[in-house]
Amino acid sequence: MIKTIVNTELPLAERLLVRKNVISHGNGKKRFCIVTGTHGDELEGQMVCYEMARLVQQNIDKLDGTVEIYPSLNPLGIDTIQRGIPNFDLDMNRIFPGSEHGTMAEQTAFRICEDLKGADMVLDIHSSNLYLRESPQVRINVLNEKELVPMAEHLGVDFIWVHDAATVLEATLAHSLNSTGTPCLVVEMGVGQRINHGMCNHLVEGIFNLMKEMGMWTGDVKEMQSGIVCKGDHVEFLNAECSGVFLTELRTGINVTKGQSIGQIVNALTGEILSDVKSPVDGFLFTIRAYPIVYEGSLMARIYHA
Amino acid sequence: MKSTYRDDFKIEGYHFGSGEKTACIVGPMRGDEVQQQYICSQIVRELQAIEAKGGIADGKSILVIPSCNPSSMNVGRRFWAMDGTDINRMFPGYDKGETTQRIAAAVFKSLEGFKYGMQLASFYVPGEFVPHIRMLRTGYEDIKSAELFGMPYVTTREPLPFDTTLLNYNWQIWNTSAFSVYAGQTDSIDVEDSRLATEAVLRFLSGIGAIDYSLTIPGYESLTLNEENLVTLTAHHAGIYVRKRKAGDMVKAGEVLATILHPYDGHVLEEIRCEQDGIVFFSHHRPLVLQNALLYKVVV
Repeated sequence: MIKTIVNTELPLAERLLVRKNVISHGNGKKRFCIVTGTHGDELEGQMVCYEMARLVQQNIDKLDGTVEIYPSLNPLGIDTIQRGIPNFDLDMNRIFPGSEHGTMAEQTAFRICEDLKGADMVLDIHSSNLYLRESPQVRINVLNEKELVPMAEHLGVDFIWVHDAATVLEATLAHSLNSTGTPCLVVEMGVGQRINHGMCNHLVEGIFNLMKEMGMWTGDVKEMQSGIVCKGDHVEFLNAECSGVFLTELRTGINVTKGQSIGQIVNALTGEILSDVKSPVDGFLFTIRAYPIVYEGSLMARIYHA
Repeated sequence: MKSTYRDDFKIEGYHFGSGEKTACIVGPMRGDEVQQQYICSQIVRELQAIEAKGGIADGKSILVIPSCNPSSMNVGRRFWAMDGTDINRMFPGYDKGETTQRIAAAVFKSLEGFKYGMQLASFYVPGEFVPHIRMLRTGYEDIKSAELFGMPYVTTREPLPFDTTLLNYNWQIWNTSAFSVYAGQTDSIDVEDSRLATEAVLRFLSGIGAIDYSLTIPGYESLTLNEENLVTLTAHHAGIYVRKRKAGDMVKAGEVLATILHPYDGHVLEEIRCEQDGIVFFSHHRPLVLQNALLYKVVV
């Protein structure tokens, strides 16, 4: 059943609609929500939503509970290929839990948050941005490590990153939900404006695995391997030493060795190599730059090391 | 900082006087803050004239950074053009981090140790304000000093998590008395409001004994407000917005401040009224409005 949770007038003959598909079966009371599209340039979640809606409905007899699919929390952003909300300068994932009497963006955030509250699991799917390519990973605030890491392990992602608490992140959807007792896992994978079928299909299998673990799914699931769980200061950030064109043929999800070339920053005008970027550690490469133009400071890679 | 295809990225500063780090003034961080750019240019021009007459106090120094983001203004983009990040959401910065974190770190370092900091700022909602001084309530806000600007209003508000990366917030945490100067417009120049803001900054510098300056416009006895106490008027309908009252106007209870019209047949969808007498503090100014859009904030 399609339900509209936000319905706001736009100036000319149109409404802003945030919709969800509610699929229920059996007597189970558990509720699993899949949300995506907070950032309009992140599209991996679209395929995950499509596959979940398709597969759950095709195998409805295997469901014992409710799956709710929210493919687009920021429909205007997706439609206009904008990360944020058109007409607002704010990142939607910095205004949660929103405000009942605030601006349109704040009211939208408020209604989304209220609608998700009480779920047994919320999966918030992101796909990096235009600039970075990410291995499938779950990011968890250290404050929620104990409850969420065991659940994340069932998703079968490459990497579970338990990060420090930061005040600025208190305005994310995940923090707003987790801090009010609704468990929310943040998935990052792929790259902005593109869809990686393999990653999406793998995450779908992981979601069914987690649903089975939660007692909501009786169908067969693939056994998932638990990925690396990173706690504490075990991630090297490789930021560009200089501006230029970053050339690399590496993909994420590989092990690299200390001193191995990650890529080069070159000057297209002079033909010079400006910087030979090498791994400072033996480790697992889980982020690589996808957009080649870099300024001094641009992130090129992230490497986990034990 | 070098750019791959463009000229080097440079942030320039104007130093006046020498000795104690007394006050710093920071101009646009966003590429559409043209009003703020204009005001900064006028402040620098005035300070150059004051310095030429020996009007900078002995042992006091002033730093003006007219722009933290010339690169975005040159290409008409509000945020950092390469990745869309906002320098004013990156403080205190990180010199080994991403580009805008590095810019914020470099700016913050150059501002370190100043007793007073002023930022010419803009608001994310489209509209115009009565010129005012704004501060976040961090426990370190300096309301007494804010009154030295002689602006009509001084406002304070509770910081949200998102605000902890603003320059104003971090200045306060690092022991600089911080003031955001709001001068009406953002992407267009209002000469009268600009003059008011320029005079306010000079009046402040004079008030703290940093400069000797003969003011040309008398200041106000500032009214201090909690922003949470302003009356907020929002649109119940989307449509064409016809504004009758703008920032600074006095309004009577029941008076129509604006109307929202149906975009196709022109009939009135809504009349925006304030239930009490007051003064318009903020006014939305774009011709189209969304449902629930913030239209007015009124001091009552």
